[in-house]
Amino acid sequence: MSSLKHLLSAADLSRDAAINLLDIAETMSSVNDREIKKLPTLRGKTVVNLFFEDSTRTRISFELAAKRLSADVINFSAKGSSVSKGESLKDTAQTLEAMGADGVVIRHPASGAAYTLAHSGWINGSIVNAGDGTHEHPTQALLDAFTIRRRLHGAASSGKDLAGVKVAVVGDVLHSRVARSNLLLLNTLGAEVHLVAPPTLLPANSSAWNAVIHFSLDEMLQTVKPDAVMMLRVQLERMNAAYFPSEREYARVWGFNADRLAMLRENALLMHPGPMNRGLEISAAAADSPNSTVLEQVANGVSVRMAVLFNLLSGERSIDNV
Amino acid sequence: MSKFLLKNVSLLGEAPTDVLIQDDLIAAIGADAAGKAANHDSAESVEIIDCAGLIAVPGLVDLHTHLREPGFEASETVLSGTRSAAAGGFTAVHAMANTSPVADTAGVVEQVWSLGLVAGFADVVPVGAVTVGLEGKQLAELAAMADSRAQVRVFSDDGKCVSDPLLMRRALEYVKAFDGVIAQHSQEPRLTEGAQMNEGIVSAELGLVGWPAVAEESIIARDVLLAEHVGSRLHVCHLSTAGSVEIVRWAKARGINVTAEVTPHHLLLTDELARSYDAVYKVNPPLRTQADVLALREALIDGTIDIIATDHAPHPDESKDCEWNAAAFGMLGLEIAASVAHDVLIASGKSTWQRFAEVLSHNPSKIGRLAQQGQAIAVGSIANLALIDPSQTRDAVSTESRSHNNPYLGLKVGGEVVHTIYRGYFTKRDGKVAAGGRNHAAPTDVNSAAKVSN
Ligand SMILES: [Zn+2]
Repeated sequence: MSSLKHLLSAADLSRDAAINLLDIAETMSSVNDREIKKLPTLRGKTVVNLFFEDSTRTRISFELAAKRLSADVINFSAKGSSVSKGESLKDTAQTLEAMGADGVVIRHPASGAAYTLAHSGWINGSIVNAGDGTHEHPTQALLDAFTIRRRLHGAASSGKDLAGVKVAVVGDVLHSRVARSNLLLLNTLGAEVHLVAPPTLLPANSSAWNAVIHFSLDEMLQTVKPDAVMMLRVQLERMNAAYFPSEREYARVWGFNADRLAMLRENALLMHPGPMNRGLEISAAAADSPNSTVLEQVANGVSVRMAVLFNLLSGERSIDNV
Repeated sequence: MSKFLLKNVSLLGEAPTDVLIQDDLIAAIGADAAGKAANHDSAESVEIIDCAGLIAVPGLVDLHTHLREPGFEASETVLSGTRSAAAGGFTAVHAMANTSPVADTAGVVEQVWSLGLVAGFADVVPVGAVTVGLEGKQLAELAAMADSRAQVRVFSDDGKCVSDPLLMRRALEYVKAFDGVIAQHSQEPRLTEGAQMNEGIVSAELGLVGWPAVAEESIIARDVLLAEHVGSRLHVCHLSTAGSVEIVRWAKARGINVTAEVTPHHLLLTDELARSYDAVYKVNPPLRTQADVLALREALIDGTIDIIATDHAPHPDESKDCEWNAAAFGMLGLEIAASVAHDVLIASGKSTWQRFAEVLSHNPSKIGRLAQQGQAIAVGSIANLALIDPSQTRDAVSTESRSHNNPYLGLKVGGEVVHTIYRGYFTKRDGKVAAGGRNHAAPTDVNSAAKVSN
């Protein structure tokens, strides 16, 4: 197994490559438990967080990951009028190339922006897709898989895949990069994927997707008895575009509330990529329940992103002696 | 007076013969041509051009070209666009109205028309806007454009759909007064808000907003019914889906006066290409699926679709060299159309050169009511011809457009246009586009050309 040049899509990862990254993340996690949470691995390397869209959480997570590996970190927030025209992606990329960026973590509102950046010839550094439009968010899928594996296997996680694990992804699948990346990675790791959404928030043609589609959350919970339920964030502007009639109806039919919490298996995970709309897709009782993994996901995000930056930028494929 | 003898040329795939062109007319065909060429007055020269292996078709006519002038000269001009047309075998192009200013008045259409005359590489036939500023609110002065020197007969808001059903009805009715036709860009706007590519398996995976087939088909269905109701002519621009083919087939069977066009790209390329996120493949309507491509090819052969029109849409590099969402819609087409028609009709073994001439010359001329284009290759006809070598393959390059948004780069295609003769003048000869157009070459060169060839 060799190190990756870019991480643009969860589809870039073979089963072995994915497990390798999750295993490196386990090691990184132990570093994060130490008093001195820092490794010298990426000393002298420059990582640019290139954010064309606000996402403080994701940016901070990548920033912390890079700093714990001793990389120099530049935050480049490119949102605003000067980048409203498309060509600026090229200009910005060439500027970063001239500055000698070794890795670029990009968040962009356009699907495919990370792919375009990696294949344009504008820049030589490694590209990490930190969310492109409604396409993918591969490090989110990795941290979700990491979280599931840890809850299921604890200290014995290393080397394991997710064979036979039943995961339900619930909500605005159509517009969700988290759902797309999770679908791909969970399939790669052998999990069984269920998608639950109102029909308006599923792709018009999902026939190529290796997942079971449900319109009823209750029916899915009763018949599938999932090991993990992943709630997706609902964007309120969807309501105005007629995807669903009202917040109240959405919460009632597709929200995760106390009644549905009672339908979960005892050890099932209740996941959310954050930030949560409490009272819409998830109720406070559910979000704060023992099943909820929301805060673990945040912590694991740093470990997983350390693993990705390590793999892409250190030139080493596995980690020993840290 | 110029004379050319096209020696051993195959007219629409028939046995080789000779064609004598004198000034802007076809003067003789067959033994008569060789005889007239040999016998004529020695003061006049006849240039003999060996056309062995070449197929002659009537000069190609494009019903759907974006020449970009006035307003977007960085992308294309009437001169560069008609040079590209000449390179592709065209002798007439219809210039779409979405310029700046919009071609919605007699003044603008006459300006475009006269730019075409000055350039001298093809007849430039302006298309008039249906509504003022393409805004879909108020009818433009259609009769003024029809009565202008440009004699506009084709009206279109192309780029935008005349989506208001009442306005569409009125436009269809109104143009009956001067035998006009409404060429509709069929796109239901609410169903395509923010749309980026065909809605289907690939858009689901790529996370790009889908442009569903139903947004095209619902407008075509409405429009053929409106055309039937008011007894007018409708032309459907760039039909792109198998469902649209079915609707047009139904409408024609019912006797509705509808014609339909398909672009070269919808006959060849599919939405799988969007996986590259390379915006050179971004076009409106979008590239569809392989099943759609096959349905369109069959419909072109069986006559459900009447013409190939290029939707040649030049864009500057910066409009394509960016992320997909930010990129402009459109691709070049003038220099590939003949090759794609050759692929669909001839190389496939499924149709004939006669059909080739219908879809790229006779039919678009009829729809546009162009008396001087799309004529049969016959004595007395205007000498508008494209000479095609069906035996050679070539790189699918575009050499004459100002823009580079050519999605065919890297492909090898057949059916190369070797010569283009526009009103008796070689706008393309031996694979090269002429330095100057017909008009400024003709009056000054008559004497000197005679001397040189003597
Ligand atoms: Zn159009």
